[in-house]
Amino acid sequence: MTSVAAAAHVAPAHHAERSFVRRYIFSTDHKIIGIQFLFTSLFFLLVGGLLAMQMRWQLGFPGKPMPGGGILPDTMAPGGVILPEYYIQLVTMHGTFMVFFAIMPLLVGVYANFLIPLKIGTHDMAFPRINMWSYWTFLAAGVVMLASLFVPDGAARAGWTMYVPLSARHDLSGASLGQELWSVSIILVGLSSILGSLNYITTVINNRAPGMTWFRLPLSVWALFITAILGLLALPVLSGAAIMLLFDQILGTHFFDPAAGGQALLWQHLFWFFGHPEVYILILPAMGMVSDIIANGSRKPIFGYHSMVFAIIAIAFLGWIVWGHHMFMSGMNPTLGSSFMVSTLVIAVPSAVKTFNWLGTMWRGNLRFTVPMLNAVAFVAMFVIGGLSGIYMAATPVDMFIHDTYFIVAHIHYVLFGGSLFALFAAITFWFPKMFGRMMSERWGKVHFWLTFVFYNLTFFPMHILGMAGHMRRIYDPTQYDFLKPYQPLNEFISVSAFLLFAAQAIFVVNFCWSLFKGQKAPQNPWQDNGLEWSLPSPAPHGNWATTPTVYRGPYEYSSPLVAEDYLPQYRKLPTDREPAAAPVAGH
Amino acid sequence: MRWWLPLEGSTFAGEVDGLFLAILIITGIAFVVVELGLVWFVIRYRARPDRKAYYTHGNTRAEVIWTAIPAVTMVALGLVSNHYWVQIKGRHSVPPDAYPIAIHAKQFEWQVTYPGPDGKLGTADDFTIRNQLHVPAGRPVEVHLSSEDVIHSFFVPVFRVKQDAVPGMDIRAWFVATVPGTYELGCAELCGLGHYRMRAQVFVHTPADYDAWLTQAAQEASQ
Repeated sequence: MTSVAAAAHVAPAHHAERSFVRRYIFSTDHKIIGIQFLFTSLFFLLVGGLLAMQMRWQLGFPGKPMPGGGILPDTMAPGGVILPEYYIQLVTMHGTFMVFFAIMPLLVGVYANFLIPLKIGTHDMAFPRINMWSYWTFLAAGVVMLASLFVPDGAARAGWTMYVPLSARHDLSGASLGQELWSVSIILVGLSSILGSLNYITTVINNRAPGMTWFRLPLSVWALFITAILGLLALPVLSGAAIMLLFDQILGTHFFDPAAGGQALLWQHLFWFFGHPEVYILILPAMGMVSDIIANGSRKPIFGYHSMVFAIIAIAFLGWIVWGHHMFMSGMNPTLGSSFMVSTLVIAVPSAVKTFNWLGTMWRGNLRFTVPMLNAVAFVAMFVIGGLSGIYMAATPVDMFIHDTYFIVAHIHYVLFGGSLFALFAAITFWFPKMFGRMMSERWGKVHFWLTFVFYNLTFFPMHILGMAGHMRRIYDPTQYDFLKPYQPLNEFISVSAFLLFAAQAIFVVNFCWSLFKGQKAPQNPWQDNGLEWSLPSPAPHGNWATTPTVYRGPYEYSSPLVAEDYLPQYRKLPTDREPAAAPVAGH
Repeated sequence: MRWWLPLEGSTFAGEVDGLFLAILIITGIAFVVVELGLVWFVIRYRARPDRKAYYTHGNTRAEVIWTAIPAVTMVALGLVSNHYWVQIKGRHSVPPDAYPIAIHAKQFEWQVTYPGPDGKLGTADDFTIRNQLHVPAGRPVEVHLSSEDVIHSFFVPVFRVKQDAVPGMDIRAWFVATVPGTYELGCAELCGLGHYRMRAQVFVHTPADYDAWLTQAAQEASQ
């Protein structure tokens, strides 16, 4: 790589020497904050997984002592046998940790922070200190949530959706402090996301490098930008609802208590008004990053870039008018159900557009199956299943049967694990060299990928069959029901697959940790990618560029006839390129 | 163990299962097309050192086609689904001669109140039985759902009927059971630590058997 632009940009920006604490702990550097989010949320991902394993033990082998369960106190699992009240805490906390403390911060906290400034060509976020606060608020929320597992009468136990009155009335749930800590933690998570979103939106609008027009933004940045708008508008609703819930719990208000004139369905409307945009917060960044990785791995421009951008915007817009599809059976007016059904079905259209465009990108490509590419292709394959299974529950008459069954559990895991988590495995390996200056092991990455792919499908696909049998969610012991007894061998099979799926993640953990210190040193642009971040050394230095880079083209000029190589970076100036007009707003 | 939906025990079951099958066919076609295409591309376009990828930014006609086909399919599916939805849950869908039964849900049981020999709820001959739902086959039954404490959900898989019972709300659901036999009613909404055992038996009687059972049960209740 000998381009003029790149040569000018390799020198790290000059910044005053900072102490260790300022550099790595209370850092305002967007990359360090991204890495802090990465370590913290990977830890919470592990916590969420451990909770899931205990649930799977109970479902596969109800009433049998759990191996290693002896260390749990008698209020959870006397003699290692999981109690019903502990089981519903597991259900609740697994969902809570995975949604709020693992997938959402992994996608947004890590990659909005790390990628936005690097990909738009700026030195840092618009508000670096607010950014730092966003992380520390998130960490505080996580610590509070984690602490709630250890309070005397146990953690929250009304499901991650916290339906009232069960969540609001301690006499009905049997938990008190745990429920209140959940509310406090969610208020903090909301605050953290709002701070982060403000930052991402402002940065994308104001701090793009000269030549980085809106339609030269990589799809990852588009997705993260639209996600930030969703976050800014949705999280205040959640925080507001959580404050009302906390007031009901500790101050004796009755927002949600029908016995005192409150409304039980009000919580569901508020929760899902946040909750459905949240579902897209959990998938749009994954779609964006997968788009970048698939174009790179296919050595081809993304197929239908503008359609992809408009599909992101359409999904985000429609995401606001579908929340009622979680409430078809709630007693809400059935006429509303009709309109929510139609808006929900229509969301399949932009999702299909995205899928076909990914396929179009791979069509006649020159596919390199690196670990990021394998995981990104798996994302497409699994997202298709999760997207299609959503159509069943969107159709209200079918939802009457499968609502609150394992069909829903299968669906959500095909989207959040098969979709978001595979995208994250792709993203983590893809940007690892730019974060840490080393490569992750390709061989062990492939072993991890194949084991995860196989055991993931063996775990979650059979749940569709359980759902078709009418197997309810969140039940502690399915063998209580005669009609579910014949399905116990299937439950056992799912549990064993889940244990193997979990065990396979050890390979990822070891590969990640080992590569941090011993991985092969990363070159500047190991994937021969077009993004601006690859004009920097690996790892990217503090302050990113010494001088603001210049952008000459869109992000997907792979296999362009203009150059001999099969990639043409956004920062590479060809003799025919003209200098763009000045940046929309000067960088700092 | 079945690999398909449970026994069809109500008049809704055929409609719900038919729609399920229609969606299975639509999504099945989409699934096969996309996944086979994906696998084909993965094999066909593997990297070869002597080749460069085909340089294209897209094709407007392709975009129009793969936007329009899902859009038309989804809107059509929405219209068909809505037709059944209005029949099943619509405000005016309950047949006027439906037989009323009140179900009061509380942690963790179902209190089923029958209208007694006069066939009307709210009169002196009503009587209540815990965790047993008896219904006549072939006759529309309207359940009046209420809840004592938290949200529960009335779910009879063989009827394909589900409806939440919400404290502070009076919610109606109806169905026509078709196959005499003994089935199960479960709670489908997490309602506390006993959620998993909030279970009742459902007895579908022939009309003659139902009358006999009702007379006897009413007599026992009045003693």
